[in-house]
Amino acid sequence: MQQASTPSPDHLETARAVLEQHRDNPGALLPILHNLQNQLGFVPPATVPLIAKALQQTIAEIKGVISFYHHFRTTPPGLNQLQICRAEACQARGSQQLEQHAKQRLGIDFHQTTADQEFSLEPVYCLGNCACGPSLRVGDEVIGRVDPQRFDTLIDQLTTHAVEVK
Amino acid sequence: MSVTVYIPRDTTANALGAEAVVTALNAEAERHGETIEIIRNGSRGMCWLEPLVEIATEQGRIAYGPVTAADIPALIDAGMLGTGTNQPAAAHPLCQGLTEQIPYLKQQQRLTFARAGVTDPLSLDDYRSHQGFEGLTKALALTPQAIVDEIKGSGLRGRGGAAFPAGIKWQTVLDAPISTGQSDQKYIVCNADEGDSGTFADRLVMEADPYMLIEGMCIAGLAVGATQGYIYLRSEYPLAHQVLNQAIETALAAGYLGDNVCNSGRAFNLEVRLGAGAYICGEETSLLESLEGKRGLVRAKPPLPALVGLFGQPTVVNNVLTLAAIPYIIAEGAKAYANYGCGRSRGTLAFQLAGNIKQGGLVELAFGTSLDLLLQQFGNGTASGRPMHAIQVGGPLGAYMPQSQWQTALDYEAFTETGAVLGHGGIVVFDDSVDMLQQARFAMEFCAVESCGKCTPCRIGSTRGVEVIDRLTDPQRQSDQQHQDALELLHDLCDTMEDGSLCAMGGMTPNPVRSALQYFGDDFNHSRQHTSQNSNHNTAGENTDA
Repeated sequence: MQQASTPSPDHLETARAVLEQHRDNPGALLPILHNLQNQLGFVPPATVPLIAKALQQTIAEIKGVISFYHHFRTTPPGLNQLQICRAEACQARGSQQLEQHAKQRLGIDFHQTTADQEFSLEPVYCLGNCACGPSLRVGDEVIGRVDPQRFDTLIDQLTTHAVEVK
Repeated sequence: MSVTVYIPRDTTANALGAEAVVTALNAEAERHGETIEIIRNGSRGMCWLEPLVEIATEQGRIAYGPVTAADIPALIDAGMLGTGTNQPAAAHPLCQGLTEQIPYLKQQQRLTFARAGVTDPLSLDDYRSHQGFEGLTKALALTPQAIVDEIKGSGLRGRGGAAFPAGIKWQTVLDAPISTGQSDQKYIVCNADEGDSGTFADRLVMEADPYMLIEGMCIAGLAVGATQGYIYLRSEYPLAHQVLNQAIETALAAGYLGDNVCNSGRAFNLEVRLGAGAYICGEETSLLESLEGKRGLVRAKPPLPALVGLFGQPTVVNNVLTLAAIPYIIAEGAKAYANYGCGRSRGTLAFQLAGNIKQGGLVELAFGTSLDLLLQQFGNGTASGRPMHAIQVGGPLGAYMPQSQWQTALDYEAFTETGAVLGHGGIVVFDDSVDMLQQARFAMEFCAVESCGKCTPCRIGSTRGVEVIDRLTDPQRQSDQQHQDALELLHDLCDTMEDGSLCAMGGMTPNPVRSALQYFGDDFNHSRQHTSQNSNHNTAGENTDA
C-alpha cells in the first residue's frame, strides 16, 4: 500500500513518456492507462495528476475511469497474475470447484495477492475458450481444461521458476 | 522432400498445448532426419480435436487430433509424415482421415468461416488465393448506395445479438448529414468485445482470418463515407490483439488500408483499441463512451449512434461477424447469401457449442436447423456423459431452455416466440448435476458486478436479486409463507429491472432468472428441503456472511 502511494521518479518518468506518445490521439485515456499498466504492472495513483493535466481533465475524471474498468489496478500485482474464468460455460465444466481450490491453495481471495508477492488472483468473465473449460489465464497465456490437480502442477512450476530467477 | 504440417495458432489450440506439439514435432522430425515445414494456421473450429495437426498429402490434408506433445513419437513411428497415397498412419487412433471429410466439418455451410483453419491467417497470398479482397475490388467499382443496397438485399442482420438489419443501419449513416457534428468524419466501429460466455466466433475470425474483418470494415467505410475505423477488442483476447495488429500492419503496407486504398484515391484507416475488462462495453453506446476514453456508461437512445455516435459523429457500430459477412455478400452477390436461411433470418449463423459438451466447437449453418439436431449430431452429448439438462443460448442474458424447447428452430423469430434469445449463437450446455437456483443467483451476481451503474434497477436490483435468492436457501426462512414471499419479490424485481433499465444488461438479466424459475422450479424447492447440504456444497466461501 505504502509503495503504491509514494511517488516514484521512475513511475512519473514512464508516465510522461506514455503521455507524450498518446495525448494527441482521440480518446487517448484507455490507451494511456493500458500502456502504463503494461510497463509498470499497475497504474500508480501518483501518476493520475499528470494524466489529468495532460488530457485537461480533472483528477476525479481519471480516477473514475480507472475504477470503472476491472482490468486496471492501482496496486502492484504479484509476479504471476492468475485469472480464473467464472462464466457459465466454465461453470458447466466445474470452474466453481477450481475457484475454491485455487483460493485455498494460494490462501487468498479474488482481488488479492499472496504475501510473498508471487501470485495475484482475479476473476474473469470469459476467456473465449468456452468449449474446453475450465479456463485459466496466466499473463497472456490461456490454459484449458484446468482441474485442481492441473492447477497445483502449474503453481508448482511457476513457484519453482520464480525461485530460480531470483 | 519437405512435408507441410499445419498446427493452429489459436487460443484454444494453444490452451491445450499446441506450442508444445510444435516443439516436440520439430525435435522428433530432426531426430528422424525428416524435413518439415510447420504452418501455424487458424483453427478449423473443431475445439474438441485441438490441437489438430494436419499433414499435407497428395489426396489432401490428413488430420490428427487431439494431439499432445507426448503423442508425437508414436505418430511419427506410425508414419504420420508420409505423404503418399497409402496413409501409413491411418490406423493410429488419433487419425481423423481427410480433414474436409470429417462429418463435423463436412456437414457445415461455411460462408464466413470458409477460410478458417485452411490458410495462414497472416499470409496475404493465402488470403488472395482464397477469394480474399474480391469483395473490396468489386466495392471499389460500386457507388456507396449500390453497396448499401447489396447489404439490404442480403437480409444480413446484426450478428452481435440484437439482429438489427445491417443495411438499414448503413443507410442511416450514409444519409446522415455530417455538418451537424464537429467535423466531417464518419466512423466504422467494430464491436469485438465478445464478452458473452459460450461465444468465441469473433475470436476465431480475428485469429484465423483477420483480413476478412479488415476487408469488411473497409467496404463499410466505402459504403457510408467513413475514412476511420476502430476495432474495439476486449483485453481478454491477447492473441487476437497480436494477430489483428500484425494483419493491419501488413494490409497497410500492401495498400489495402491507408490514404489510398488499392490506388482508388479513397482512404480508410484502421486501429485496434483495447477494452479493459468491462462486460457492459459490449453494449454499443457504452462501447462508444469507452472509445472516447470515458467510463463505459450506457447512453440513452435516441439519438442513434448512426447519427450521433463516436465523438458525436455518424457511426456504424457492427459486430465482428456482421462485418466479416460483408466480403462474401459483395463478392458473391446479395442473393447468394440470402439463399441461405429461413423467414427473416437470412444467411448463416456461426453457432458455438460450449460448456459441458463432448464435441464443442464452431458450427456455421444456415438459420432454421433445430437446436436439438445441433446438440446431438454435432455436439454428440455431454462431455461428462450425464444427460443434458439445461441449455443457455445467447450468452449470460439468454434464457435457460428445458428439454421441451430443444426442438426450437434456430432462427431469431422462433427463439423470440419461446421467450429465449438466439443472440450471438453461443450455446452453453449443462448436465443434470447443475443447480438452477445457483445459476439464477449467478445471473444476478454477474449483473451486480458488471452493471455500469447508470440505471438504479440494474445497479441496485441485481444486488437485491442475489439477496432474495439467498433467502430461498436461508435455513432461518423456511416457512411456506416466507418462501412464497421471496419468490414473489423475485418476480417483482425482475419486472422492475426489465422495465426500468436503459439497456439489455438490466433489461435482460431477468431472462435466465425467470426461465430457471419457470422450467427448473424443482431446484428452487429442492434447495429448500436440503438447505444445509446444498449451500455448503455450492456456495462454500461465498455465503459465510449471509
